[in-house]
Amino acid sequence: MNKKSFGNQLLAAPHVVWSVIFIVVPLFIMLYFAFTNADGGFTLENVKQIGLYKKAFGISILYAAIATVITLLLAYPMAYFMTKVNISSQRMLMMIVMIPMWMNFLIRTYSWITILANTGLINTFLGKLGIEPLKLINTPGAVILGMVYDFIPYMILPIYSVMSKIDKSLLEASEDLGSNAFNKFRRVILPLSRPGIISGITMVFVPSVSTFYISQKLGGNKTMLVGDVIEYFFNAGPDYYNVASAISMVLMVMILVCMVIMNRFSDDDSEGVII
Amino acid sequence: MKKILSILLIFALLTLSLCGCGYEYHNLDLRAKYTREYAGTEITVYNWGEYISDGADGTIDVNREFEKVTGIKVNYLTFESNETMYSQVKNGGVKYDIIIPSDYMIQRLIKENELQKIDTTKLSNYDLIDDRYKSVYFDEKNEYTVPYNVGMVGVIYNPKLVGEVEHSWNVLWDKQYKDKVLNFNNPRDAFMTAQMLLGLDLNSENTKDWNKAADKLKKGKANLQSYVMDEVYGKMETGEAAIAPYYAGDYLTMVETNPDLKFFYPKEGTNIFIDSVCIPKNAKNVEAAMLYIDFLLEPQIATANAEYIGYASPNTAVINNEDYYYYQNEILYPSEEDMPKVQYYHDIDDKIRIYYETLWVQVKLY
Repeated sequence: MNKKSFGNQLLAAPHVVWSVIFIVVPLFIMLYFAFTNADGGFTLENVKQIGLYKKAFGISILYAAIATVITLLLAYPMAYFMTKVNISSQRMLMMIVMIPMWMNFLIRTYSWITILANTGLINTFLGKLGIEPLKLINTPGAVILGMVYDFIPYMILPIYSVMSKIDKSLLEASEDLGSNAFNKFRRVILPLSRPGIISGITMVFVPSVSTFYISQKLGGNKTMLVGDVIEYFFNAGPDYYNVASAISMVLMVMILVCMVIMNRFSDDDSEGVII
Repeated sequence: MKKILSILLIFALLTLSLCGCGYEYHNLDLRAKYTREYAGTEITVYNWGEYISDGADGTIDVNREFEKVTGIKVNYLTFESNETMYSQVKNGGVKYDIIIPSDYMIQRLIKENELQKIDTTKLSNYDLIDDRYKSVYFDEKNEYTVPYNVGMVGVIYNPKLVGEVEHSWNVLWDKQYKDKVLNFNNPRDAFMTAQMLLGLDLNSENTKDWNKAADKLKKGKANLQSYVMDEVYGKMETGEAAIAPYYAGDYLTMVETNPDLKFFYPKEGTNIFIDSVCIPKNAKNVEAAMLYIDFLLEPQIATANAEYIGYASPNTAVINNEDYYYYQNEILYPSEEDMPKVQYYHDIDDKIRIYYETLWVQVKLY
């Protein structure tokens, strides 16, 4: 069965062609720009300049890490709860998790502005109660909230899919062998759901660390994540394609390193992948 | 049956919207004046977005009226920034017959020999242009440009939220307005606010001057609610923010929604800009382009544009027209004693431009 038939290969052809044109070729274009100057000559100048933007890398990693931890803390009990209810409720909960994902994330982010703004929902309500308005929007907290909100389905779904496949007889066995509820969770459920956690962490951390729009809308444009710096430079014109490519390259490397580390933690045939 | 009916209805709607049957031509009486010699030819016009009267709400659709009068077809394209326009004109994929860039970009285009001379003696309406807007630094001999719009930057504020304020750029740095202040989210305009306050040249070729302005901006960041461009409308109209620098013409749009808003030109001075009509070197239909420029200067057309866009017009037929919506508006047309000190942006050496555009990221990361 290892030998793929010609017919099968043909079926994969459209996707392979697509990937080459839109993923592999652009990657090489990025690498080319990162290591050349405006005249096309080889240079390391762009890579050296990256030090100027270390703060952007720093806060991107920090915000993404905090968002990932919060997401995990919220998603894990939710996923666990979803496996405990009957099938039709599971489907319903699944829909509740999925439906926001079908909406464009720019719109979802934008809606938070109207909730968090000084004249927004929360502060209007507090004002009615006679409470001083809170400073919610244009803060790091708002940016992290945006990340958590936008990416939480990517944490719930892989954990749920792994947890729902845990063999019930294993849980019964642990009970028969005298485990209390806490031990059952710690020594059976948690280890068995690890592939889901690993996959969820990757799927939340990677898009969070490279995001750009959320920080502009909810952070008031007052700071820049790596994604914002890259966007700014590409918008500023061809003079900056080289620097922007170098920053993108470093971001790519960071993401790859993160994925390698996460892979170390997961088993070979991870079941945590969605679909 | 219902399905067929609804499909038919959708088709009817589509064809309606495609042919745009909604527009009614105005009776402009310009037929006799304009030759139809070039009927059947085409021109390509490249202008800022939302920068021409387009027939919405019963206004004049300038391009369609031009087509009707001259028989020349107008391909109308828009851009969002001078820089986008510049790269499009430079790369030459599309041959534009008319472009409408701002002052500093015109300076660059002339320097790079991208524009052709306009024989203003052939424009019947050229004398309508106010002399104040002729012979400006980027085109001292009036060879390449015909002014289209004039604008200045000022400060919009909401007295209901902050009371009366000092008419100075310093309001952006004043601690008592903490978290109520906005600033531009583009480097050149944001730096301008600091440069004006510090008394620096907006077009300085000295990196130290830019560093000083950057330091000032960094100091102001703690005071700032956010950096904005188009979001300024919503934030000022709803009272989310109380003080914001922006273009005078756009203030007039905001005050229609929120009558509490007020406006001033800072005493330290401000930036003025002129957007002018130009013909690129590689234009294909120069004669038709000349007709188009003359048409834009027609009193009725220029008034329609000035009312639609809301910026100041350099056309005396508009300025002196008592029926003009912004007739003698003191923000668009300040009297001589109220006129602020103004500086134009000039085309800046690439090295300096790259320097301050990179410095801007450092301000943001501070």
